[in-house]
Amino acid sequence: MNKSILIRLLKDLGKDKFFLISTLILSLIYVVSTLALPIFAGLAIDLIIGINNVDFQTIFYYFAYMGIFIALGAISQYLLNLTNNHLVYSYSRRLRKRSFEKIHSLPLKYLDSHPLGDLLSRFSTDIEVISDGLLIFLNQIFIGVFSIILTIVVMFILNWIMALTVVILTPLSLFIARFISKNLNKYFYSQAVIKGEQTSYIEELMNNQKVVRYFEYENKAENDFEEISSRLEEVSIKATFFAALPNPLTRFINSIIYALIIFIGVLLITFNLGFSIGLLNTFLSYTKEYSKPFNDISSVIPEIQNALTCLKRIYELLDEKNEISDQNNLSLKQVKGNIFIDDISFSYTKSQKLIEHLTLNVKKGSKVALVGPTGCGKTTFINLLMRFYDVNQGHILVDNNDIKQVTRNSLRSNYGMVLQDTYLRYGTILENITLGDDYSKEEVIEACKKSNCHHFISLLKDGYDTLIDENGGDFSQGQKQLISIARIMLREPPMLILDEATSSIDTRTEIKIQQSFDLLMKDKTSFIVAHRLSTIMNADIILVMKDGHVIEQGTHEELLSKKGFYYELYNSQFVINQ
Amino acid sequence: MKRIFKYLSLTKKEAILAPLFKMLEVIFELIVPLIVSSIIDDGLKNPNGTDFTYVILMCLLLLVLGILGLISAVVAQYFAAVSSSKLQTRMRMDLLKKINSLEYQELDEVGTASLINKMGNDVNQVTNGVNMTLRLLLRSPIVVIGAVFVAFFFSFNIGITFLIVVPILFILIFLIMVFTIPLFKKTQEKNDILVRLTRENLLGVRVLRAFNKQEKEISNYHKNNDNLTKYQLFVGKISNLINPLTLAFINIFIIILIYLGAFDVNVGELESGDVLGIYNLAGQILIEMVKFATLLVTLSKSLASDKRIESIFALKSHLQYSSEIDSHESPYLFEFNDVCMSYNGKENALEDISFKVKEGEMVGIIGGTGSGKTTLVNLLGHYYDISKGKIYYKGKNLINYKPSEIRKDISYVPQKASLFKGTIRDNLKMSNLSIDDETILKALRIAQGEDFVKAKEGSLDYKVEQEGRNFSGGQKQRLTIARALLKDSPILVLDDSSSALDYKTESNLRKALQELKNKTIFIVSQRASSLLTCSTILVLDKGKIVGYGNHEQLLKSCPVYQEIYSSQFHEEAKHE
Repeated sequence: MNKSILIRLLKDLGKDKFFLISTLILSLIYVVSTLALPIFAGLAIDLIIGINNVDFQTIFYYFAYMGIFIALGAISQYLLNLTNNHLVYSYSRRLRKRSFEKIHSLPLKYLDSHPLGDLLSRFSTDIEVISDGLLIFLNQIFIGVFSIILTIVVMFILNWIMALTVVILTPLSLFIARFISKNLNKYFYSQAVIKGEQTSYIEELMNNQKVVRYFEYENKAENDFEEISSRLEEVSIKATFFAALPNPLTRFINSIIYALIIFIGVLLITFNLGFSIGLLNTFLSYTKEYSKPFNDISSVIPEIQNALTCLKRIYELLDEKNEISDQNNLSLKQVKGNIFIDDISFSYTKSQKLIEHLTLNVKKGSKVALVGPTGCGKTTFINLLMRFYDVNQGHILVDNNDIKQVTRNSLRSNYGMVLQDTYLRYGTILENITLGDDYSKEEVIEACKKSNCHHFISLLKDGYDTLIDENGGDFSQGQKQLISIARIMLREPPMLILDEATSSIDTRTEIKIQQSFDLLMKDKTSFIVAHRLSTIMNADIILVMKDGHVIEQGTHEELLSKKGFYYELYNSQFVINQ
Repeated sequence: MKRIFKYLSLTKKEAILAPLFKMLEVIFELIVPLIVSSIIDDGLKNPNGTDFTYVILMCLLLLVLGILGLISAVVAQYFAAVSSSKLQTRMRMDLLKKINSLEYQELDEVGTASLINKMGNDVNQVTNGVNMTLRLLLRSPIVVIGAVFVAFFFSFNIGITFLIVVPILFILIFLIMVFTIPLFKKTQEKNDILVRLTRENLLGVRVLRAFNKQEKEISNYHKNNDNLTKYQLFVGKISNLINPLTLAFINIFIIILIYLGAFDVNVGELESGDVLGIYNLAGQILIEMVKFATLLVTLSKSLASDKRIESIFALKSHLQYSSEIDSHESPYLFEFNDVCMSYNGKENALEDISFKVKEGEMVGIIGGTGSGKTTLVNLLGHYYDISKGKIYYKGKNLINYKPSEIRKDISYVPQKASLFKGTIRDNLKMSNLSIDDETILKALRIAQGEDFVKAKEGSLDYKVEQEGRNFSGGQKQRLTIARALLKDSPILVLDDSSSALDYKTESNLRKALQELKNKTIFIVSQRASSLLTCSTILVLDKGKIVGYGNHEQLLKSCPVYQEIYSSQFHEEAKHE
């Protein structure tokens, strides 16, 4: 699985061919210069023999070489870092760009069926993890590989016995250290479990601080928390301790190797086997140089694995099928608002039929009310009208245009929609109402007056320029809804969809909105979904839905006299026992 | 910072021993180069040929040093782990206690999300930072200082060179760090914008599509995305200077050392093996410097977290209190005289509120969204201060009571019906752990929840998930009502807490509540039908009382009430 993702990643990175090749070359230059330094230093040290026995001239000659390699090393390292930054940041930029565009080209079906938290973490955290992981990867992998290969080669050229010692022993030390630490690390898992428990308790307590206060629950909560915390403490002492073990272990094993190399070196020098003090120096620094990439790479493996997992999630998302393109469709002009629903059927899943063979003729200017218990298909119906979802069978015609034959955007701009969940975003109130379109402040104020939100907006410190934070600010649900209504008020589209828009606004405000809606709905085709029957009293047609079917149709009076499902619904919600 | 030291002093032994043992490890490491040069100068270059006994002994000494180093490191790490884990527990506990002592005003200001973050992530960051500090912060400086010290053993010249170069290197690293940390922070901010945009677009995908805002959103995102990338590249150009510069600097330093060494050997000050030792010493400094730089980044993060946590500890809850008794004989339980309340010190959430409530009354409070109903009932228990006017409880000014004195008399059913993870019983026993099942069931009966609780598997032992997710809205409301009844206080406040109940259950609930003797009940609602049985109804509109009386009186005299009533009843009236 990871292999194919790696290939795809390389392909994507390969788009910056120049930079990718630069990385390779620069890594090589960097490694060569890092490895050259100890050689020349060793050569120089070998010329320092004793009193009046130092060949300064040749030493300076080696110094000159060292100087060149120092400069080369520093410059190549700097350029390498910049190149890798460029590769990674432009890759993550593309990834972010593509995922963001994906949000708006995916069918709603996909977005609706995936939890927001999951999607959001793919779009944000995952890409960060990928870019961090990739940067570490590029910064270390080529250098690592090159320096391992080159160190081995150079060491063998210098002296094969010493080379063999280093090559075999060093990786061994790392594996032993890793093995030991891994097996001791079972506490890590239990730490994570208790930490999770603590986190959810914290969340619960913080979310319900006021309840805690009402019931003077502070002491009990603190005791419970202390209990969790002390369990966590016990485990985390162990987990923290073991997590830090690999480093000193590696250092210890390296010190064994160090001693061995010195010993063998002394042997070789004593018996004149082509070794020197300078060479010993070179080898000692090569031992460090050689073990470094192993150390570096093994310590970043988890991060790279993590990045690949995230990348897989992103690629999965990017590979999702887009909405069917409507580029070649006609663009719908301003419509009159005659809607003909011609024998449509729809279901989210094959096994569960939802809307079946629904036919309805809605004349321009009429008000259609959708009534029924939760899950009866009202929201689905709206999804179909707006073409958030496509019907499985049948047609929806707006002014005799099949909505599948026109562009989605042109269809939707003929609708004004107020949804159950209000949507406010970071920005001023004004921006939230205009949504970036060109409206004057006067027009906005006018719309807000009509939708009864002008009063509370003007009470705010900065009025219409008040900044709403990411969480929608301190507005009540009702106030948020009034703001969403103002958006529609401003635009006056020919058709309206009101999806339980007034359900959490208090009845008084609701009445006022109702009045202004009446004004707005004049001569406009409107669909209203509401639990509160009072808002739909003056509808032209009421569609009573149950389990996806329209089971009754008619006006309020007609339906009441029928004494059917609507009658029951009405009585259970509205008759008051005095 | 002060607080961190306070917690560390709780584990004084560990907190001091951890760095000390670390220091030991470092000292053992620093001896290594000395031994290496001794092996060469005294063992290998022995005038009588290589002295193998000496070489072997010294190599064994290297091993012993390795073992001692390992032991010291392990001990140091254990102490550091103990110290930091205990600090984590204490800090969280104290933070929770502090949060628990905050009044509503402060809770509102700080916000839940930020509290969760501070209790969780920020404490983790501090713990991590402390652990790293105990283990590593001293290591690098000690290695470096020790290396300078050891350098003087070789020769005075070499020592002086170390003494000059090391501070320069420190300053170099420090300067780049100081310069780059704010840049990283700014990068994070730019990234946060992108996360926000993504979140907003996912949340509002229907609205954005309905308004055809896709193109605009995408191009806005691209602008910010390009902005971030450009900035990242710019920051990279500066922050990436640190490694090549340190590297070049140290290597030049090594050249100088070899030259000085060669010079000293030439005049007989040093032996040739010493040069090797010096070379190794310089190499150690290089590694430690780079480690030190990474450590500083982590530390700057945990210091920022510490600052955020400190901001909570610095909060002062300041409810008015006066020991100067202001009281009078009064037949009333509560008296509100011209009370104003403001959350932000600017607009009033409540204005000139005056009313009186007798013991045993059932008071209704009705009004639109944002009319101040919840604010009003929160004033009863002195959860907020008022900005003007006076509130009397049993004839004595509220500010003469300690808040806990009044609060024990009031039982609230909050608007948001939230339950805790645990059993149904745990949730209902919140106010008093010694309540028996019989009492619980009695309360459930009044709250109209007995049937559904009994139908659950295990009845009172039925598990409640976090936030009560496995209960419907109506069930949660009934449980929270029972919970409040079990607090057994003379005053009961129901803050719009029967909105999810169907008509019949609500009417039964009202009847059951009416039968409760000696309880003064406040019912907040948006539905006139919920308040029909109240002896007094307060009608609130935009923070002011616009009607005060019983149902019949209000129906005659209060236009706002008429409007509310008729909006909910007119069809019914027509019908009969």
